[in-house]
Amino acid sequence: MIRPDAPVLLEIRDLHASVENQPILKGVNLCIRAGEIHAVMGRNGSGKSTLSKVLAGHPAYTVTAGSVLYKGEDLLSLDPEQRSRIGLFLGFQYPVEIPGVSNLEFLRVATNARRGQRGEEELDTFAFEDLVRDRLSVVQMDPAFLDRSVNEGFSGGEKKRNEILQMALLEPVVAILDETDSGLDIDALRIVASGVNQLSSVDNATLLITHYQRLLDLITPDAVHVMAAGRILRSGGKELALELERSGYDWVDAELARLDAEGERQPLEVA
Amino acid sequence: MSSSATVGDLVSQTYKYGFVTDIATDKIDKGLSEEVVRLISSMKQEPAFLLDFRLRAYRQWLQMDEPDWATLGYPPIDFQEIIYYAAPRQQDKKASLDEVDPKLLETFEKLGIPLSEQKRLSNVAVDAVFDSVSIATTFREQLAEHGVIFCSISEAVKDHPELVQRYLGTVVPTNDNYFAALNSAVFSDGSFVFIPKGVECPMELSTYFRINSGDTGQFERTLIIAEEASTVSYLEGCTAPMFDTNQLHAAVVELVALDDASIKYSTVQNWYAGDENGVGGIYNFVTKRGHCRGDRSHISWTQVETGSAITWKYPSCVLQGADSVGEFYSVALTNNRQQADTGSKMVHVGPRTRSTIVSKGISAGHSSNSYRGLVQIGPKAVGARNYSQCDSMLIGDQAAANTYPYIRCQQPQASIEHEASTCRISADQLFYLQSRGIGFEEAVSMMVSGFCRDVFNQLPMEFAAEADKLLALKLEGSVG
Ligand SMILES: Nc1ncnc2c1ncn2[C@@H]1O[C@H](COP(=O)(O)OP(=O)(O)OP(=O)(O)O)[C@@H](O)[C@H]1O
Ligand SMILES: [Mg+2]
Repeated sequence: MIRPDAPVLLEIRDLHASVENQPILKGVNLCIRAGEIHAVMGRNGSGKSTLSKVLAGHPAYTVTAGSVLYKGEDLLSLDPEQRSRIGLFLGFQYPVEIPGVSNLEFLRVATNARRGQRGEEELDTFAFEDLVRDRLSVVQMDPAFLDRSVNEGFSGGEKKRNEILQMALLEPVVAILDETDSGLDIDALRIVASGVNQLSSVDNATLLITHYQRLLDLITPDAVHVMAAGRILRSGGKELALELERSGYDWVDAELARLDAEGERQPLEVA
Repeated sequence: MSSSATVGDLVSQTYKYGFVTDIATDKIDKGLSEEVVRLISSMKQEPAFLLDFRLRAYRQWLQMDEPDWATLGYPPIDFQEIIYYAAPRQQDKKASLDEVDPKLLETFEKLGIPLSEQKRLSNVAVDAVFDSVSIATTFREQLAEHGVIFCSISEAVKDHPELVQRYLGTVVPTNDNYFAALNSAVFSDGSFVFIPKGVECPMELSTYFRINSGDTGQFERTLIIAEEASTVSYLEGCTAPMFDTNQLHAAVVELVALDDASIKYSTVQNWYAGDENGVGGIYNFVTKRGHCRGDRSHISWTQVETGSAITWKYPSCVLQGADSVGEFYSVALTNNRQQADTGSKMVHVGPRTRSTIVSKGISAGHSSNSYRGLVQIGPKAVGARNYSQCDSMLIGDQAAANTYPYIRCQQPQASIEHEASTCRISADQLFYLQSRGIGFEEAVSMMVSGFCRDVFNQLPMEFAAEADKLLALKLEGSVG
């Protein structure tokens, strides 16, 4: 829901970032207000996951220019754990497995880290079990998954549900979901989408990274952005996604070529 | 970013036991000879049997070669450059703690081992060994009421020579190996424990070893005897100051368990490990062996090895009594340039003997960490069973992990199972935990303690949490 007077939660200005000295993000601009759902689309390799990891603070990525404000405060100076505690959430495209670490204990420590930041009391094992059982129902997940190691041996779809479970527990202010819909069967897609819809409110915002209209049929975005070569090339309403579905990304090349000619875009470095 | 600052802070406090206590020390001249062996024995006013024991060991040692089969690299040790006896200057061992040099008490307090009546742990009796001598043993009278003897081995030689003579060297013979022979010739102090028949030791027993002098070797000797149907849990801890030279530590520990007796021996080894370039640190060459002499006896080794430049250590069990049980639970962590070659030997002699080996090796930095284990099943060990599990965790991509399991089986009706695995802590795993609000240190500790859980579960309660923290601290700066 777009309300021009809603407070800005996330403001990305001219963000440039590299990995291993290779520039990947080349001037991303994006403004997200409370209550909004944004979708980011774009070809493979256009920089969507990079953007999400830079926002979450992955140490492999170096910000070379630009700024990110979270509720008006500098986000980039914070450790990844601090970003999470103040309400930023990244649902990973490829959640990693962590053998030996109990999923339940992991979820409890993570939830308490966020609660501590909000001045709420720590939940002991018993109190947490009640909470987690309640949130499991949002993603219709079997409690048996709590007794396993974090993501270990989970199927692709189970990992994604575990991500949404974490989101349900952490109650983020800004949630970035990187291809949470990939690898889900049709029922799971519905469950995840309804989970996201249940969790979104006028006070928080969601950034959905996706390749498919079928997710946007279930979660209606307020804005759609197309990323190409490390920047947002075009933004529009939900109809932009439908247009992409029809005509693909061919226009992207022409657009990039035009920008190159205008000198607006820094030439890609040749490796 | 601030995360690197936190990591940096933590790295600098990796070894907080590196201080030296400034105290007058009596030392003999460096070097080893028959005269030195005799001198040590006469300074300790030992009976003839012990001098003979030492001289026999010394002569055997002269005939032996230093072992070179371990996956360890270090320059040759010059045994003539080592001082074999050093003791803080004070008269005979004090009857009461109030008479012990306050500097020594302060040292142990700084190490987290308060000895004074008011501050000491209520349920753990402590023998504190400083360089070559035991300076205090707490709770002796209370233990004596139960018939339990807990004192330094030097005192045991004086007060209970018949027990020492009956058991010393019966588990690890003087010529067992090069370092055991050396220890037998020059051992200084260590702990002695005797639990009489039917007694369940009323508290944890613990010895804390502190090396203080820079040029001294430490050669401690520990002997634990559990008579029929008795039980004891014993814990050993150790630290040393930071010197840029290497110091030799060659200990021998012997355990004897008679019928239905049970001994649980835990170690938290935190000798100085050398700096990040491998300068300094303790050379730790240790022989630990338990003898399940009686039927249904039980010996369990648990070790958390985090220190030392070099670790050469294979706590073992000889399972002679029928239905006896041997266990070995180990976490060995190496970082920077540390090298560890450690594991266990389970020698099944009697029928239906059972053994379990659980080894967790964690290697970070440029370190090398090898598991070496032997499971031997003799012809009479009908129905013997062994289960071994050896897991390695690699941190970073410069560290090495090896597993060398040896099996010798002369008994067709025996079962031997071996499992092994290797895993790696990746920057992505840490980032995943961090991105859920979990701080770097806690993230590392969660992953490492998850990996080590099977072993930590075996530690006495007071120390399990400590072990967790110790590992996390040792690993800071090595990931990501
Ligand atoms: N660690 C890295 N080293 C080298 N190149 C990298 C690294 N990480 C990302 N890249 C490159 O950055 C570019 C953007 O990758 P990114 O994962 O952000 O794409 P994406 O838009 O999420 O693609 P997809 O739709 O396939 O998920 C790709 O060309 C990728 O190969
Ligand atoms: Mg991606």
